[in-house]
Amino acid sequence: MLEVNNLHVHLDTPAGLVKAVDGVSFRLEAGQTIGIVGESGSGKSVLAHSLTKLNPEPPATYPKGEILFEGENILTMDKKRLRNLRGKEIAMIFQDPMSSLNPVFRIGRQLMEAIQTHQKLPKKEARQKAIELLIDVGIPDPERRMQDYPHQFSGGMRQRVLIAIALAARPKLLIADEPTTALDVTIQAQIIELLKSIQKKYGTSIIMITHDLGVVANLADRILVMYAGKIVESGSTADIFYDTAMPYTWSLLRSIPRLDAGASERLLHIEGHPPNLIHPPKGCNFHPRCPFARDACLQTDPPLAERGTNHMAACILTKPEFDKEKRAVAERKGVLLS
Amino acid sequence: MTALLEIKDLHVHFPIKNGVLQKTTGHVKALNGIDLNVKKGEILGIVGESGCGKSTLARSIVGLQKPTSGDILFDGNTYTDASAKELYELRRNMQMVFQDPYTSLNPRMKVSESIAAPLKAYKKTKNLESRVKELMELVGLNPDDHYNRLPHEFSGGQRQRIGIARAIALEPQLIVCDEPVSALDVSVQAQVINLFQDLQKKLDLTYVFIAHDLSVINHIADRVAVMYLGKVMERSNRESFQTHAQHPYTNALLSAVPLPDPDKERARERIVLKGELPSPANPPSGCVFHTRCPKATEFCKTNIPVPEERGVPGQEVACFYPVGAEEKARITL
Repeated sequence: MLEVNNLHVHLDTPAGLVKAVDGVSFRLEAGQTIGIVGESGSGKSVLAHSLTKLNPEPPATYPKGEILFEGENILTMDKKRLRNLRGKEIAMIFQDPMSSLNPVFRIGRQLMEAIQTHQKLPKKEARQKAIELLIDVGIPDPERRMQDYPHQFSGGMRQRVLIAIALAARPKLLIADEPTTALDVTIQAQIIELLKSIQKKYGTSIIMITHDLGVVANLADRILVMYAGKIVESGSTADIFYDTAMPYTWSLLRSIPRLDAGASERLLHIEGHPPNLIHPPKGCNFHPRCPFARDACLQTDPPLAERGTNHMAACILTKPEFDKEKRAVAERKGVLLS
Repeated sequence: MTALLEIKDLHVHFPIKNGVLQKTTGHVKALNGIDLNVKKGEILGIVGESGCGKSTLARSIVGLQKPTSGDILFDGNTYTDASAKELYELRRNMQMVFQDPYTSLNPRMKVSESIAAPLKAYKKTKNLESRVKELMELVGLNPDDHYNRLPHEFSGGQRQRIGIARAIALEPQLIVCDEPVSALDVSVQAQVINLFQDLQKKLDLTYVFIAHDLSVINHIADRVAVMYLGKVMERSNRESFQTHAQHPYTNALLSAVPLPDPDKERARERIVLKGELPSPANPPSGCVFHTRCPKATEFCKTNIPVPEERGVPGQEVACFYPVGAEEKARITL
């Protein structure tokens, strides 16, 4: 359904050219959920915004690559077609639900606008549809809540309203950019359940962008791990968690505190911080922080290579080498191997 | 072991003012009867969702917020009505690390000046430079390279290290950490958590560690207090927090945290709490959690539970219907 081929997105900033997305390719099938995982500055949000060409231009440019949505290239689409595509076929929800809603209009009006933009419906029917959508996303007492302004909603409820707006035109693809990051954990659980039930009901494909490995463990069929503008590992959720093939993914999994872990376990200390993309490191982007790094990592920037069925990783270590090294690193750093 | 810090029936109420005359029309009950104590050398983790009063508690402990009623004792001495001079003495032994490493450092002060500030305030200026360098080394900063730099030249993780160096400069006994790692990236968070743990061992520190992230609390704390709407719902040891939590709210929180393990994550039963946090200006009657509690009965609407031991040693739960072992097994981690 969606095919991204060798996408490059550059941001032209006063400090220099940032290669925010640097040669990313992936495919998404209908009804699938893909999780894109990365830290801040990894390029995951720029990638997500590229999918509907939402990055402000300038500074963004798309020097290379293509994004095919059902065979059509989004990057070369004319403005009218793009407008029609956004919201109708591909919808987005964002991290901060307050800044995505207009504070001076009632929720009902904003929701009806979303409905009437894409469907020619009389006001009465649009209103009825808006109420149905609010019921769909679990907002109690929807008829009364239609009259409320965004500030009268809590964070979790606002995110539900945004999901309702996103669903207004029954999009085929929903892109969710850190939709639960600003929410409390019990509210996050509610939103995750909601997204799952929507997918079941309508068969919507979802691209879930997050820094939280727990969230994708629950939701995603496939996971892309991003680091410094590149995909460094991609595979099924089980591959990524149980058959990790890239040092960054492996280190990340061992650096997060876990609720199901014992007291004595130490967190893996990943040195330094994510690189500055104006002056990326030589060779492999991760080598300055990589516990597995060797001299050769300075020379080559490894491409994504096959590690199993639909499982790719960007590392010069072969699978047996990596497995052997893992044991040594885990022992040296005093962290859990598996 | 005696308690280093004792909090007794602490209340902090903020007046709500309305109208031209700014008449008080109600109170936000940020803290509504908190009882806690912290032993020397331990890490007390305080966890709760936004609006539960955990930051107000942190501010009250370091004396930045005057309590409405109740008492806080440090080393057996109360300081709720302390004068500025007494608070000055107190803070020699009690420091704070803040959440936001970007706003808690003065952007115009060099790193070395920020770290030296508490030393100067307490007139410990002998060998100032070497002491600052020693502190920088202790928190993993490079004293030669970083000494004269400004905060904007540092990443979030490094800034939090500067904040920690400043907090330990006076060799305090207690450090109150208010969400010290929640603004940091995942891979950097681990560095700072490890640093907190290493420093605690090295300098024999006591922490009150506040966070909304249960995984972080579970990792670092020796004892855990779970807060909801200005009250403590449950106090437990780390081991029993993870495996024997009895309060329905604690269990709902535990079950809501997504585990980075797809098999476990998809197999377990999740308690999805209905509704949202009630307003602390108008908390529910009886047990404050009854409006969202899956086990609530009529009895909970009128009676207020107090934390007490109910079957699990060392664990006190404020609930009339604690979650039993069988029920617990279904929400296994």
